Amino acid sequence: MSDTPPVLKIAALKKSVPGGRVLFENLNLELQAGEFVAIMGESGVGKSTFLNLIAGLDQADAGAIAIDGVDLAGLNDDARTLLRRDRIGFVFQAFHILPHLTLGQNVALPLVLQQAPGEEALTKAREMMEAVGLGGRAEDYPRQLSGGELQRVAIARALVHRPGLLLADEPTGNLDPETATRVLAVFADQVRRSGAAAVLVTHSEVAAAVADRTLTLARSGLVERHGR
Amino acid sequence: MAAKGAGLAARWMILGEWRAHPMRVVTAGVAIAIGVALGLAVHLVNASALSEFSRAVSTVNGDAELQVRSAAPAGFDEQLYPRLARLPGVSAASPVIELKATTGRADEQITVLGLDVLRAAAVTPSLLGRPVAAEGEGAHGPTNDAPFDEDAIFLSEGALEGRAVGQVIVLTAGGRTARFRIAGVAAGIGEGRKVAVLDIAAAQWRLGEIGRLQRIDLKLAEGADETRMRDVIAAALPADAQLVTRDSEARRSDSLSRAYRVNLDMLALMALLTGGFLVYSAQSLSVARRRPQFALLRVLGVRRKALLAQVLVEGISVGLVGGLAGLTLGFGLASGALRLLGGDLGGGYFGDTRPELVFSPLAGLVFLVLGLLTAIVGSLAPAREAARAQPAVALKNAGDAVDPRVSPPIWPAVVLLVAGGAAALAPAVGGIPLLGYASMALLLAGGVAAMPWIARTLLGPVQHLSLRWAAVDLAFKRLWGAPSQAAVALCGIVASTSLMVAMAVMVSSFRGSVDDWLQQLLPADLYMRVDGAGVGGGFDPKAQAALAATPGVATIVFQKTTSLMLAADQPPLAIVVRPMRGPEAANRPPVIGRELTPPPGQTPVWVSEPAAWLYGWKPGQQIVLPIAGAQPFFVVGVWRDYSRQHGAVTLDAADYTRLTGDQWRTEASVDVAEGRSSNEVMEALRAKLPSDVAPRVTFAEPATLRAFALRIFDRSFAVTYGLEAIAILVGLAGVAATVSAQTLARTKEFGMLRHLGVTQRQIVAMLVTEGALLGAVGVVAGIGLGLVMSQVLIHVVNPQSFHWTMETKLPWALLAGVAVALVASAAGTALLAGRRALSADAVRAVREDW
Repeated sequence: MSDTPPVLKIAALKKSVPGGRVLFENLNLELQAGEFVAIMGESGVGKSTFLNLIAGLDQADAGAIAIDGVDLAGLNDDARTLLRRDRIGFVFQAFHILPHLTLGQNVALPLVLQQAPGEEALTKAREMMEAVGLGGRAEDYPRQLSGGELQRVAIARALVHRPGLLLADEPTGNLDPETATRVLAVFADQVRRSGAAAVLVTHSEVAAAVADRTLTLARSGLVERHGR
Repeated sequence: MAAKGAGLAARWMILGEWRAHPMRVVTAGVAIAIGVALGLAVHLVNASALSEFSRAVSTVNGDAELQVRSAAPAGFDEQLYPRLARLPGVSAASPVIELKATTGRADEQITVLGLDVLRAAAVTPSLLGRPVAAEGEGAHGPTNDAPFDEDAIFLSEGALEGRAVGQVIVLTAGGRTARFRIAGVAAGIGEGRKVAVLDIAAAQWRLGEIGRLQRIDLKLAEGADETRMRDVIAAALPADAQLVTRDSEARRSDSLSRAYRVNLDMLALMALLTGGFLVYSAQSLSVARRRPQFALLRVLGVRRKALLAQVLVEGISVGLVGGLAGLTLGFGLASGALRLLGGDLGGGYFGDTRPELVFSPLAGLVFLVLGLLTAIVGSLAPAREAARAQPAVALKNAGDAVDPRVSPPIWPAVVLLVAGGAAALAPAVGGIPLLGYASMALLLAGGVAAMPWIARTLLGPVQHLSLRWAAVDLAFKRLWGAPSQAAVALCGIVASTSLMVAMAVMVSSFRGSVDDWLQQLLPADLYMRVDGAGVGGGFDPKAQAALAATPGVATIVFQKTTSLMLAADQPPLAIVVRPMRGPEAANRPPVIGRELTPPPGQTPVWVSEPAAWLYGWKPGQQIVLPIAGAQPFFVVGVWRDYSRQHGAVTLDAADYTRLTGDQWRTEASVDVAEGRSSNEVMEALRAKLPSDVAPRVTFAEPATLRAFALRIFDRSFAVTYGLEAIAILVGLAGVAATVSAQTLARTKEFGMLRHLGVTQRQIVAMLVTEGALLGAVGVVAGIGLGLVMSQVLIHVVNPQSFHWTMETKLPWALLAGVAVALVASAAGTALLAGRRALSADAVRAVREDW
């Protein structure tokens, strides 16, 4: 048995919304490097909240979350921020590409935040853009891109700094089915190439299908989905 | 290294933001530049003028280490001179006659110095004249006896302008006229100063100053302890003489115009303060718009401190660039103002001097730092907001960060307002109403801090209404639903409106009070005055009798104005001599409050408001004035005087003559007999004037005098109006920029409304309603706050600065105009910005990422 801790380990997690309604409790999950899970669930069940908890952007009522063996509960805001910077990549439903930066700068941002020299960061960003099918567009601005292209930029940004854990929140929720399929293919391909563990939160069966396994989020925690 | 990475990211973010919204950065930078420029310009003009004035004073004083000066223009007994000259520790003493003289040239006044050449050579050699050969004189030139010649006079370069050595100059001083031959130049006297130097014996003999001296210049023996010598000399002085040092002279020059200068400085800084609000509103809007972007950065691993630093760096950059531009602009403004308005910026303190501009690197640095601090303070709250936001919530971009249902806290505003009220009750610090200004700043900050609560309270009742007109309904609901955005816009409106209203009410109250006072002070039909009349000059008793007997004169009241120096570091006090008892006293200046009856045997005096304030005099108090030696006087009342900021004391004419024997008078007020015209009587009076006085007598009717006085008032306040106008324009620009930025940031919302079937016209109507509502709430709050601040100006800052009180007079028309202009400006800006925002494609607007 390896001594390497799991990339993500969640134990007995509980979260309520203001007002006291319990979103979920006794939630457990363990992910090793290269594991790719999809999490499905009804609207309002707390899928995005779950991702925010993993990223250290929200606080749980009970339970523990550890990334690469580091317990988030023991970290202050600055330390959680640094952990996020170094070990997590994020893809959002609403792309969140900064409008006043070039596409290259948007993608290079995580590397720059990790103190990589500007030119080196931009070179890696161009390579990553090439990998997601946007080669030669590093100097363009976001306003010149379609939704599918913007999401591919977001995927490039999430992976450019080789994070150990990738979190994706409805990455195809704003795209038409055809574009969504193409973006999902790029996403799954890049996740597997990177060797990172990935958590994909989605409504879509089609999107969930690109993951290795699918879990359903319910009040009682995560339940394995069968019959795929 | 971590800082390096965050630095590059921050640079990308800042430059990207500036590229995307250059006008917002430029507007904030220009506001800082204007504030710094005005502050620096006013400071440089004041400093240059003061330096020039001090130079002028030291020019006339020569290089004397210590001086003894007479308290009154009449001088002191010359017997003081040998007593001081013999004091151990005094190595040399130089007696001086110092008079103001007219020359016959229109408006020319020359300072005449009578010196003992041999003594002055040892104490103030720079004042001595140098004989020069006149054209046509023999090869041997002037004789060395010239300085002792009773006809010889030496003119400074300034006085020699348009004259030549060898010519004759006619001087009139103290009612005496004498002719002198220009024998040479007093080259040691500074450029532009008009000074004439002659032998002291000639001055005493020919200008009627026998037995009197105006000053004694002293040189101390080597090694003498100056502090001890000051005490020794002061102890040897009679009541009508004062010891003056270079320090006290500098303080006197400074106190002459200090309050005026500090007021202008403060007013100029108001523009900087308004600029600070502009930076605040620009940064707040920018932060509000970028909230999701900052949230993304937090998700990507940017720490709170780094976001705080980024927004602060944006503010500092704006402050630095604006400040540097402000320094250049300020220097240019100061140079132009000195040329156009003179060293006192129209205040009338330094006569007609046109000083050279002196740049002070320290002052430049101070104003640059002030500009930077303003930008930093303006950015601090938005920066904290950016850093504090919860990324998970902000990423949703769910609208205003403040929940409209939560009542905004009012206690910070209450604390600031109470502190402002308390500061208003504090006394002046060193003669300057520093805490009065602090009170204004605290009240302003309190008023602005109260805006979210006030806006909620004022808008609360209307938000529940369901209006049939969709545009207005949407406008009400939007203002209610985005409270922090409404508060940011209101801050700018309230800050500029309240400052404008406070200044306008103060100036209107001051002008109205001066006008009322002039009406009371000038009840006669005709006034006459002898220009340039010194001690013993003007109308003698014979001339007074002749004038009183002039046909058409119903009554004529003579008066005299002279001066007394009570303290070496204060400007002189005016002594007004006029009938204060009997039928001739009917038109005397009105007394504030109750007038006391002096105890038997005591001489009454009426002191002006500034004199009472400056010297701490109260009715019922006995004071000593150096009139004919040291005389005790009883203060019977205080009268309002807006014309002499450094104080005046009125004596009854009979008392003055009894004490001094001086029966000469320099002014008169005339009531014209019924059936006669003022012009007719004026001509009759002119015909009765003694020939030596006639050319120097001016006549004026009260309406002319009142208009003249108000013209001087308006000239003094011209710079005040100018600075105020600029502060208002900066404020209005802020309001326009805020409303415009808020509107343009809502393109997506307008796109959505268009999708829902709202017409462009309805959206524009909604924006105009929002702008007008914001303007109206801001104007109501701004006028309320401005009225409170005006009371601090009227009852604290003005009395502490200038030592006079006034009644509040509201400029209703101006207030109404300001209200309409502000509401129209806010609505108009919203209209223009709305049209621009609506020009974007509605479909594209809704699919924009953010």
